[in-house]
Formats: sequence, structure tokens, C-alpha cells
Amino acid sequence: VSLFLDERHDLVILVVNTIQKDLRSDNYLVVCAALTAACRLIGEEAIPAVLPQVVELLAHPKEAVRKKAVMALHRFYQRSPSSVSHLVSNFRKRLCDNDPGVMGATLCPLYDLILEDPNSYKDLVVSFVNILKQVAERRLPTSYDYHQMPAPFIQIKLLKILAVLGSGDKQASGNMYMVLGDIFRKGDTASNIGNAILYECICCISSIFPNAKMLDAAAETTSKFLKSDSHNLKYMGIDALGRLIKINPDIAEEHQLAVIDCLEDPDDTLKRKTFELLYKMTKSTNVEVIVDRMIEYMINITDHHYKTEIASRCVELAEQFAPSNQWFIQTMNKVFEHAGDLVNIRVAHNLMRLIAEGFGEEDEGADSQLRSSAVDSYLRIVGEPKLPSSFLQIICWVLGEYGTADGKYSASYIIGKLYDVAEAHPTDDTVRAYAISAILKIFAFEIALGRKIDMLPECQSLIDELSASHSTDLQQRAYELQALLGLDKQAVENVMPADASCEDIEIDRNLSFLNGYVQQAIENGAAPYIPESERSGVVSVGNYKAQDQQETSAHALRFEAYELPPAASQASISPTTDLVPVPEPSYYKEDHQMSRSQPSGDSLSGEFGLKLRLDGVQKKWGRPAYSSSSTPSSSTSSQQATNGGVSSEVGGSTSSQARESTYGSKRQQATEVSAEKQRLAASLFGKADRKTQAGRKTAKESSSTEKVATANATPQPAKEQVIPSAPPPDLLDLGEPVSSSPPLADPFTQLEGLLGPASASPVVSETPASSTSKTPDLMSIFSDDVQTGVTSGSTEPSLGVNVVAAKKGPSLQDALQKDAAARQVGVTPTGNNPILFKDLLG
Amino acid sequence: MIQAVMVMSTQGKPRLLKFYSYQPPEKHQDLVRGVFQLLSARPDSVSNFVKVDAIFGPGAKLVYKHLATLYFVFVFDSSENELAVLDLVQVFVETLDRCFKNVCELDIVFNFNKLHTILDEMILGGQVIETSSEQIMRSVEEIARLEKQSNTTSLIPKSISERFSR
Repeated sequence: VSLFLDERHDLVILVVNTIQKDLRSDNYLVVCAALTAACRLIGEEAIPAVLPQVVELLAHPKEAVRKKAVMALHRFYQRSPSSVSHLVSNFRKRLCDNDPGVMGATLCPLYDLILEDPNSYKDLVVSFVNILKQVAERRLPTSYDYHQMPAPFIQIKLLKILAVLGSGDKQASGNMYMVLGDIFRKGDTASNIGNAILYECICCISSIFPNAKMLDAAAETTSKFLKSDSHNLKYMGIDALGRLIKINPDIAEEHQLAVIDCLEDPDDTLKRKTFELLYKMTKSTNVEVIVDRMIEYMINITDHHYKTEIASRCVELAEQFAPSNQWFIQTMNKVFEHAGDLVNIRVAHNLMRLIAEGFGEEDEGADSQLRSSAVDSYLRIVGEPKLPSSFLQIICWVLGEYGTADGKYSASYIIGKLYDVAEAHPTDDTVRAYAISAILKIFAFEIALGRKIDMLPECQSLIDELSASHSTDLQQRAYELQALLGLDKQAVENVMPADASCEDIEIDRNLSFLNGYVQQAIENGAAPYIPESERSGVVSVGNYKAQDQQETSAHALRFEAYELPPAASQASISPTTDLVPVPEPSYYKEDHQMSRSQPSGDSLSGEFGLKLRLDGVQKKWGRPAYSSSSTPSSSTSSQQATNGGVSSEVGGSTSSQARESTYGSKRQQATEVSAEKQRLAASLFGKADRKTQAGRKTAKESSSTEKVATANATPQPAKEQVIPSAPPPDLLDLGEPVSSSPPLADPFTQLEGLLGPASASPVVSETPASSTSKTPDLMSIFSDDVQTGVTSGSTEPSLGVNVVAAKKGPSLQDALQKDAAARQVGVTPTGNNPILFKDLLG
Repeated sequence: MIQAVMVMSTQGKPRLLKFYSYQPPEKHQDLVRGVFQLLSARPDSVSNFVKVDAIFGPGAKLVYKHLATLYFVFVFDSSENELAVLDLVQVFVETLDRCFKNVCELDIVFNFNKLHTILDEMILGGQVIETSSEQIMRSVEEIARLEKQSNTTSLIPKSISERFSR
């Protein structure tokens, strides 16, 4: 699976579990396979999953497992150093493993760690030297020999590590000289691996602190490499020589012939290696030969990548070590001629700047000579075919700037050459642009010098052609040239000064020359300039406001998310409140109940009924007592007030009680009509009218009784009992007229005795409750009209029976007692006022 | 660090490909083709070291050995010794020779799994961990024995078993 997957593959997540199981297997072969897969597949995010098990395997009894565990840790370190940084000490411990294979494997991660931070591992120099000594003295098992060489790969690895540790450190290097000397003496140049070890020794010696003895041994070995017939050894020899030259340049002198032989070799690899060496060996005395060789080689190769490299090196060496200007120009011409398109464009610009500014010397004559030689060589080359575009650009530029500087050539001649360049490359706009600019410069310089110059017919046609070119760049240059020809001498001198291509251009950063214009604009009413910082400030303020709005909306969103449940609860309560617009006391109680979370509607209805009953009873009972001693109008207003109260309460009850409330209101109105009629009759007709009204009252009460049967029993009986308490006060009021007219009383009394039995029969036929309520009225009437003792005696037993049957016994007794008192007082007219006062006080 | 191990025939057919630094599968063919073009243009008398910056990136080098009908190619970076890697190729070839007894291209074609096992014993994570042929052979034989134990219940045709045993 490790052949096709990679740490970036999605399936690796599934494989991690399998690897974990395999790492815990009893079979060490399975563990080794798991470690191999872990090196391949475990990525950065999966390292923590298997790291503890790999660390445990470092102490496994089987050396093969320990070896692979070390390599797995090394791989994890490469992938994610931070995950394994606390385990680097394990590598030091494994270095002391008794198995050479594990120790050899540990050298790999240690090499990487030492490369990163050599100073932290200086204390291991002695250990490495000891290990190397043991290997050199053949103390390892013979199974590690390879072609009679003891553990060559371990030696090579150790030498690489020592090279890094000993770099620039004299003390550390001192420990290495002896063992390195031993390896050199025992080195066997007959075998390939022996040469590998010797080469690694040379690398080590060239890296550590220099030692004359070691350098001599290294130089001798390098010489053997270079003289060998094997191309591989020559390659290594060239490389080793390159390293040693940095320390002691004189070593190269002894091997010049060998190097030249390598240069002539047909092997490209060897040749390139040799050129690298020559690049390092270059000095003022040999730069000409080396660069010539490089250019010659560059011409022959077809590899663009390496051709570019060689060309860059030639240019660099020529710039650094050029013996003369002539040679430099010729070298540059060769490089650009054969590799112009491959050379970095910066090289061309540097070349132009060199020609313009010289080599930094103060000798103006030398600079002029340099330019003259450049012009000469370019005039010779310009006629050749197939020149690279960048080279042609340089040629045109130089001819334009300096073609006529020394007066050797005429302007017409130079312009003719430039015209030929433009004509020879009709498709290269860049080269044509350079040519036109060069022609323009020559014309400018001639005009500035005051000479008269004639436009060639070919140039005129060329300019006309370019004026209509597709390229706007070429058009602009052509128009500039035409405009320049129309200027006078002074203007041309200002526009195109001679030899000023590298002069510095001074820039007025504050644009002070525009101040006058700005002042004039402000005087004309223009708005003053607002600096950009202030404008950006305004913009930032706008952004801040937008941010506030966003925060507000975010807050709203969060509010909805978190406050949803309480809002729902309140919503469920609100309709109840809206549906029950009760008076304030009831509202308070209901609110209290809701706060206690009583959901039952029935209990609420019960509460309503209870409150209604109590309120009705108290109000009705209190006001009748007061109205009994008041005037009839006062009594009427009291009753109306009572009705109003009941109506308001009825309105506040729930829908289930609405029907009962409506019925109650109707019954109250009927009672009110009866009372009014009785008073009217009393005021107009006296007792006779009372008899008629009594009959009517009986009939109405019968109909009322029928309605009561259809209603609920509990609330109605209370109201029914409340209503009869009204008539007795009216009868008491009628008592006074009786005493005021004695003669009329006797005939009416006799008639009333005849009608008595008829009215009593209908009453008995009604329900017991109704008859009970009616009996007191009839008895009261008899007691008022008849003054005989017999009538009084018969009345008293009836009152006793009523007391037992009636629910409101005490009320009736009080009423009867008041009637008796009224009769006694009726005899004496002056006693009325004291009785009224007593009622009020009671 | 070793970046890749390739074994290809003189006709440019890849017989073994193993990459220790990740290369997308689409690039494998381009890499093989580039390396083959490079090797086929080199005469036998030149050195066995080639710079392959253009193919494998900066600092990459290539060591190859041409044996019979095969090219053995090791690609590595600048931290390895060229001669040492050349001898590593030799160790690899010697191990194959011990494993197959007079190894030839057909052995490599039909036993690529053993080649991968040998390479896993020699190189792990791009680093050389074992250079002793005896150690490598011992490990490979143990792995082969383990495979045989797990395969005892399955029936193998006689011709295939003969080839394996050879």
C-alpha cells in the first residue's frame, strides 16, 4: 500500500489504525513492516497517533526493530520537528547501542540534527572519533566488511558528521587529526569504496580547521585521483581540488596539466566539473585563457540551461578580471553573438552602463578609448546576419550615443548603418525602436553642434513608414524625430544633452513649482486640498458606523436565539390577560394566580363565581337596610346603583357565566318595575290599590319562578332571597297613610276579609319556596288592617312556622318587630321621628 | 538523502520505480522518459555521475550502473557521496544476485515484490540504514519464510512454485 499512497491521501486516516495494531504485534517482522509503512504514510497530523508506540520500540530486544524505529523517528522529525523535539535525546542513547547496525542508522538523524545546530553536539566529537577509530581498527564483526573494507558506509557517514562539527573549530578539529591520518595511511585506492572513503576524508579536511600535514596528505590523494584512468575518479579529483583551492590556492598550480587534460576529455560531466573548478581558479593572469575556453565550449553545447550558466560566468569573470578594454569589448561581443538570447537582460544593461560610465576610474581618456573601441567593433559586427535581438539593441544604443563622439565617422555613415539595421529586421519592433532612437540622437547631437545635415531619402521614407506603424511606440519615436528636426540649436541642446544617459535626475517631491497655480485656483473659489490621511480617516469613520450597525443586528439575532423560550411563555399568558378585562381588585388576584402558574381554567371560573357571590350579597344586604329609612327616590337610586355594580361584575365574568349574568339582570329589572308601581299606587289610591298590585305581583312572581327553574340553583336562590327583602320596607312606608285617614279604613277592611281566601289558594299551589316567600307579605297586610286580638293571635303561630322554614329567619323577625313597633307608634302621631332615629342607629 | 531508485531496461521500460520524496503518479512517466533519454545518450566510457537539475530539481544528481540489459539508477541530493552511492548500487545488485542466483531481467519482472522488500531493508525514508548484504539477505529470508507460513493453506500450481523456488 505504501507504493501508491502518500501522506496527503485521504485513505491514510484509515491506515493509521492498522499501523497501530501492527506496531503492537508479537512478530517482529510485522512490526518492521509497520515501521516501514509509517515512514512512508504517516503525515504531520497523524504523528501523535503512533509516536508513543515508536518510542517504545526503541527499546525492543530485536536490533532490526530498533534500527527501523530510529529511522521512523527521523522521518517524523523531518515531517514535523516540533512533534519530536522532546525526543532528540533518544538518538544519543541509540548511538551507544551494542549493535553496529542500529548505531549506523542513528548516524542519519544525528547528521541532520548536527547540520541544523552544530554547537549543541560538540560533546559528541570524542564519541564519533572513538567509533571511527574502532571501525578503522577492524573491531566490528566481519559481516560488515565490504570488499575487505570495514563498514565503509559507516565511515563515510562519520566523516561527514565530523566535517560539520569541526568547521571553524580548532579544538574539535584537534581530536580528528590522528584518526584522519590513520584512515589516509590505511586507504586502499584499488577499490571503489576505498576511494569513496578517501574522498570523504578530503572533504572533511577541507572543512575543518586547516592543518598543514593533513592538507599535504589530501593534496597527494587528490593528485592520485586526477591521474587515474577512471572518469569517476577524475570527477572526484576535480571536486576535491575545488575544495582544497579555497584553503591553499597554490595547490592548483601543481595540477594544471591534469586539469587541462580533463578539459579536453569528451565526457561532458567531467568537462562541466572542470569548468566549475576553473571558475574558482580564475585570476587576472589566467582570465583570458579560461574565458576563451569557456566561450569555445559554450558555442558547441546545445543545452540551453548550461549555456546560460556558462555565459553568465563568462560575463562575470570578464567584468572582474578584464586586463584591457579591448579584450573586454571583444569578449562581450562573443558572448552576446552566440548566447545573446540566453543571457540575463541585466547583463546587457550592465554592459551599456559600463560603456557609458567606464570602469570607475577617473581617467577620462581611458573611457573615451573604451567607447571608441566599442564603436569600432560594433560597426564591424553590425553587418553580420543572425545577431541576437539583445545584442542588436546594445549595438544601436552604443552607436546612437557615441557613434560620432570622436569624429572618426560621419553622421551620415552612422545613420546609414542604423537604417540598415532597421531594414534588416522588419518584424522586431524593439530593435527598430532602438534604431530610430539612435538616429534621433545623432541628429540631435549634430544640430546641437551647429552642423548642417541632410536627410537621406531612405531615412525619410523609413520615418514616414514608421509614422503609420501599428506600434504606438514606433509612431511616437518617429513623430519625436520629425519634431526635433524643426527645433533650433538652443532647444535641441536642452532636450538632448550630450553624454548624459547616466546623469541623475533630480525630482522635486513637494512639487513646489505648482504652488502658484494652486494659490490662484483657491482665490478663484476652488476648495482647498484635503490630505489623503484625513480622507482615509473619514472613510474609517464610515466603516466604524457600519460596524456598529452590524453589531446591532448581530445582537438582535443573538437575542432572538436565546430569549425564545421565555417569549413563548409570555405570549401564552398575554391572551388570557387580554380576554379578562376585570376590575382592578380582581385583576390583581388573577395576576397573583398566574404568577403561581395555575393553568386550570375551571379553578379560575370557580374563583370568579365565589367573588361574584360575596360581592353581590354584601352590597345588596347593606343598601336595602339603608334604603328602608330613606325616601323612595333615594331607594330607587340605590337599587339602580346595585344593578350597575352587578352589571360590571357580570361583564367581568367568563363566557360560561355570561348567560346567568344576563338572566340576573332581567330579574332585577322586573323587581324594580313592581316596586315603582306599588309606590305609585300607594301615593294615589291608598290600600285599595295595594290589593290590586298584590295580585299582579303574584302573577309576575309565578313567571319568574318558571325562569328560575331553568337556571343554576346555587347562585339564583341567593338572589331570589335577596329580592323579597325589598317589599317589607315599602309596606312599612304605607303604614303612615293608614293612621292619617281612620274613617275610610273600616269599609276596606271588610272587603279585604272577603278576598283573603281566594288569594291564599293560588299561593299554596306554587312551589314551597315561593309560598314561603309569599306568606310574610299576606300576614303583614292582615296585621296592618285588622286590629282585633284574634287576628293578632293567629298571626303569631304562623310567624313561628315561617322562622323554621325560611332561610333568612332573623331578617324576617326583625321586620315583623319593626311593623309591630310602627303600629304602636301609629296610634300616637308624635312618636314617628324617634323610631326613624332608632333604625338609623341600629 | 536518496530521492528515487529506478531500474529500467535498455529499451526504456521501467522495471522498478521507488520514490522516497513524493512525486505525483502523473509525473512518473515523464521522469522515466527523461532519465532514459539522458542515459541512452551517454557512451560507456564516461563517468557514472550526471547532474539532473532539470529533471529532479536543483542539487539533484544521478548515479547509474549499466549491467547486462538493465540500468540501475539512484537519484540523490548533495548530501550523499557519489562514489558511496555507486557502491550502494553494487550492494543492491549483489544482493539481487544472491537472492535469485544469476539474476536476469525476467527475475526482476516476476519478483518485483522481493525487490521492494530488499530496497525497504536497505533504504528507509530516503536514508541508507543497512549496507551489509548478509544482513539484508537474512531479513529477506525471514520475511519470505513468514510469507510461506501464511500461504501453506493455499494451493500453488507446480509450475509457479518451481519458478518461485528457482
